[in-house]
Amino acid sequence: MADVALQSNRAAAQAARKRSSLHKMLRRKSTVAFLMTLPLILLIATLVIYPAFYALHLATLNKSMQRFVGLSNFEFLFKRETFWLVVKQSCIFAITAVIFKALLGFIIAHFVHNIPAKGQRKWRGMLLVPWVIPPAMSTLAWLWLFDPSYSAFNYTLAFFGIGPISWTGDANWARFSVILVNIWVGAPFFMIMYLAALKSVPEQLYEAAAIDGANWWQRIWYVTLPMMRNIIAITTLFSLIVTFANFDIVRILTAGGPLDHTHIFATWAFRIGIEGSDIPLGASVSLFMVPILAVAAIFILRDVNKRGNEA
Amino acid sequence: MTTVTIDKTAPTRKVKYGSMSRDRTWALRWSYFFLAIFAIFSLTPPIYMLITSLKSSAEISAATNPWWVFHPTLENYVGLLTSNQFLRFFWNSAIVSIFVVTITMLISVPAAFALARMRFWGSTVLATGVFLTYLIPETLLFIPLFKMFAVIGDWSGIQLINRWYVLLILYPTLTVPFCTWIMIGYFASIPKELDEAAIIDGASWFQTLTRIFIPVAFPGIIAATIFAFTVSWAQFLYPLVFTTSTDQLVMPVGIITTLIKGDVFNWGQIMTGALLGAAPPLIIYAFLMDYYIAGLTAGATKG
Repeated sequence: MADVALQSNRAAAQAARKRSSLHKMLRRKSTVAFLMTLPLILLIATLVIYPAFYALHLATLNKSMQRFVGLSNFEFLFKRETFWLVVKQSCIFAITAVIFKALLGFIIAHFVHNIPAKGQRKWRGMLLVPWVIPPAMSTLAWLWLFDPSYSAFNYTLAFFGIGPISWTGDANWARFSVILVNIWVGAPFFMIMYLAALKSVPEQLYEAAAIDGANWWQRIWYVTLPMMRNIIAITTLFSLIVTFANFDIVRILTAGGPLDHTHIFATWAFRIGIEGSDIPLGASVSLFMVPILAVAAIFILRDVNKRGNEA
Repeated sequence: MTTVTIDKTAPTRKVKYGSMSRDRTWALRWSYFFLAIFAIFSLTPPIYMLITSLKSSAEISAATNPWWVFHPTLENYVGLLTSNQFLRFFWNSAIVSIFVVTITMLISVPAAFALARMRFWGSTVLATGVFLTYLIPETLLFIPLFKMFAVIGDWSGIQLINRWYVLLILYPTLTVPFCTWIMIGYFASIPKELDEAAIIDGASWFQTLTRIFIPVAFPGIIAATIFAFTVSWAQFLYPLVFTTSTDQLVMPVGIITTLIKGDVFNWGQIMTGALLGAAPPLIIYAFLMDYYIAGLTAGATKG
């Protein structure tokens, strides 16, 4: 200390030099870049990565979160019938919805692509409305359309002698309803992605195919699909993730009912973890989404990197 | 649907000696026909919202033709727009969305600039990490986050749960990774010569960003802003988990928890509320459709 006091002059000079070197360091490209990305890194680390691992930790605690219980939460889940119901329903829900969304999106994109370019904007605008409305709000409209006593669908179907369908009351119809609403919300997204891809297929390829005598089906199979393979794969994988992790639609439309038949992982985790305040068990349930998400993510990442290398 | 289209269009293609233009005309007619069907399917729920919102409760419970309004009334709109509670939801939603958009852009634009232009140690890994983060759904994180905030509340006395501002911390986890990702794309497409010229002229990195990159990539910034706004306006899970008192709720949760009282559904008001809740994104979409689509499709998002 005394030493420093005595050589205060030199220390000041040193400090000045240090400050200038600090200044220099602050001006260095990598430091600037690091500072610019720091908020992003902090956000991801504290609010995404940490909670993800915290979920793993929570899943090993008992209900009051005071005792380590190892894997017994998972053991408990495996013994419950409802859990297997949820697994089954999650898979049915995600796979059926994604297949129909992709199929419907593909068909609609073709029709939009077929009509003269002048009118395309108008049609596209109308067809994208389901995807713009917040899902929670539009699901309310569906809930009202499916209402047990005032269902507008049943009113219409009664004219054809079809008779009142219990849209959200019967297990199978409820499964159908949640999938239908999910398709309604998600199909426009596929449509817009495929439409963009369709526009990028060179017209000459179709002309060549037509000259070779290909019919419309062969043109789709041998020209359109191979050209769109990448975009179809990536859109489907994305949609699979989002659909698998869906919450809003099921929560509002059926809240998992009747008798837990339409629960998927997210809604059941909410029911157990937040409503039932058994946080560890809820965390264990939501962790079951990880494997399928990881698989989809690996495929997407491979595709994104491939795309990056091509560019 | 496929089988139908196959059956219907097949004959028009089989006419080998028919003229090409007649072929086209039929293909066009079928296209319009099916597009009309799909448009009806797409627009039924929003139109039904509008129809119901114009009905009085008496007309709704009278079970007349649900697809028609016999005695149009604005009482639902008046009822909601004069209710302090509903205006509070709207206000909360607006405040949260505006703040989240600002926070998102402040974090993601500089980060995207650094990741796109200033190669540094670990930048490629970080870019991939940002993308991966975007793939983690909120349904995986809400339980640990809830517990985390509860623990923080116990330790430091900062009450976060059941306060609307907790959403300002939570929503950026949904918006920032994606906005960063699309901004990286937009920034990477700017020719290198532009920023090299700026650096040679003595501009700092910060000046390069504000004077060159932001103006040039402005369409991308609008698209990202719209995306961030839409996501924060529509988010349902986080406010449902983290806020419960009626004065802290945002639109979607507010409508669902307060207008549905037990088994009593006031459908006229619910549909009005839903329509008003859907209005801001729909209005933005109507005016800025191209930006909207560009933003939401740039990195292949939800659906």
